[in-house]
Amino acid sequence: MREELKVINKAPVVFEPTEKKGLRFSRKHLCIPYGVFLACFVVLPLALIVFYAFTDKDGGISLDNFVRFFTNTTTLTTVIISVLLALATTLICLILAYPVAYILARSNLNRGGTLLMLFIMPMWINFVLRAMAMKDLLTLIGVFGWNNYVNVVIGMVYDYLPFMILPIYSVLSKMDKSYLEASKDLGANAFQTLTRVTLPLSMPGISSGITMVFMPTMTCYVISDTFGNGLITIVGKLIDEQFTTFQNWNLGSAIALVLLVIMLVSMWVTGGFKSEDIRGTNL
Amino acid sequence: MRKVIRIAYIALILFFLYAPIFTLVIYSFVDTPVVSIEQIFEKGFSFGLYKKLFTDPDLMKIVWDTLILALIVAVLSTILGTFGAIGIYYHKGKFGKMVSASSQIPVINAEIVTAVSIVLLFAFVFSGSRSYFSMVIGHMVITTPFVVLSVIPKLKQMDGNLYEAALDLGATPMRALWTVIIPEIATGILSGFMMAVTLSLDDYIISAYTQPAGFKTISTYVYGAMAKSGTNSSLPALRALSAIIFLVIILVVVLKNVFARKKENA
Repeated sequence: MREELKVINKAPVVFEPTEKKGLRFSRKHLCIPYGVFLACFVVLPLALIVFYAFTDKDGGISLDNFVRFFTNTTTLTTVIISVLLALATTLICLILAYPVAYILARSNLNRGGTLLMLFIMPMWINFVLRAMAMKDLLTLIGVFGWNNYVNVVIGMVYDYLPFMILPIYSVLSKMDKSYLEASKDLGANAFQTLTRVTLPLSMPGISSGITMVFMPTMTCYVISDTFGNGLITIVGKLIDEQFTTFQNWNLGSAIALVLLVIMLVSMWVTGGFKSEDIRGTNL
Repeated sequence: MRKVIRIAYIALILFFLYAPIFTLVIYSFVDTPVVSIEQIFEKGFSFGLYKKLFTDPDLMKIVWDTLILALIVAVLSTILGTFGAIGIYYHKGKFGKMVSASSQIPVINAEIVTAVSIVLLFAFVFSGSRSYFSMVIGHMVITTPFVVLSVIPKLKQMDGNLYEAALDLGATPMRALWTVIIPEIATGILSGFMMAVTLSLDDYIISAYTQPAGFKTISTYVYGAMAKSGTNSSLPALRALSAIIFLVIILVVVLKNVFARKKENA
């Protein structure tokens, strides 16, 4: 009986009567408007960035923008500073978030998902207002102004921590518990189970969390501007300055292109993200 | 003992996440430009800032403009993204794959790169003019892919035979779409809509680059105010605004949970 059912399921009767008649409506045609939208407002603009990056102000083809970007000590210092700030933020987020995700996924504290909700709710408040709140608190307790770099890292960790908790939680909560039992049965202690089983299995969540925290902290200059007293510049701000202050769109586009390439490489290395990890789409 | 440590740790992180918000809520009742303990004793608690917020025509305009923009963007991107998701999911050809791949770009791309790319486009095609249109498009570029991302999982969960059955029973593809597919993926569409609203409200960089002259969103306004006020403190009336936003979010979350529970129990 079961075999029969399987056979039936294997060969579902699929027919799309409209498909053969060509022009008549079929549900797959629904991606045409969105495709046109993306072509006009995502792909074409990116092509323009590439075009501007490889040309000079008069429209002649040149590599000058890249030469300027990679030989200027000020911009290179900015890149190093933003990478260091982003690394520090990502690392602190990871260290703080992993135990949270672990506890939420494993213990019965999170029954009904209420506790998880508490961790996600701050993400729904406008992030500039959240930054303002953190700045007010730091001013209130008198910490603000000790060190601009520390300020910026605190601000960034505060804004991006939930983005690290969520993907790790989603991997840990889906993990097959029998691996843990197997590990215990085979004589591993709690620490060994953590380092040999749980951590390796949560790598997809960790890497997607890293992508979601690292890239924005390198580029989103709102926090560095408001927490760094205007003294800290990150890569995103470099692009912003070229487009607004210096009006050098070619150089700005070249830096944007470098970022784009870094992003694509990091996506390729970390294997991308899962849709449900972002901002609690799964809630 | 382990449980105590766990609870303590969770409480500590929650404290880190919520202390700023609660500070803001408390100081939204203290009519002072400077956030400090002495000010509480000096000025006492009052609704002064709320009064300022609601009687300041500029601030009220910004709040309404931001909300209306978010709604327009969310409605448009929900329509575009829902149909886009259905199309991508059922299009097995090259075009479908291309649409799906380019839909990922704005999600993973740095917001500043997306923003300047749109600036270049509008400079190239519309000779640099910023308008309400450019801002709606800018927001839609970042919100629509998220609508697609929240609809596709629902399409995957749906029983594919339902649509075929509708066609077999004589429904036109259009009718089958409206009466079978759309109701099945309704929860995904709703969460996509909510995402679009949140993302639009949250956005700073895209707005800063695409907003027309004289238009400000809450984000660009607060950023401007913070940049101007230096190290000291933000515009006081904004604390009242944040407190209200926080209250609304709590209400939405609680209501959503209550409805979800009711549905489960029913």
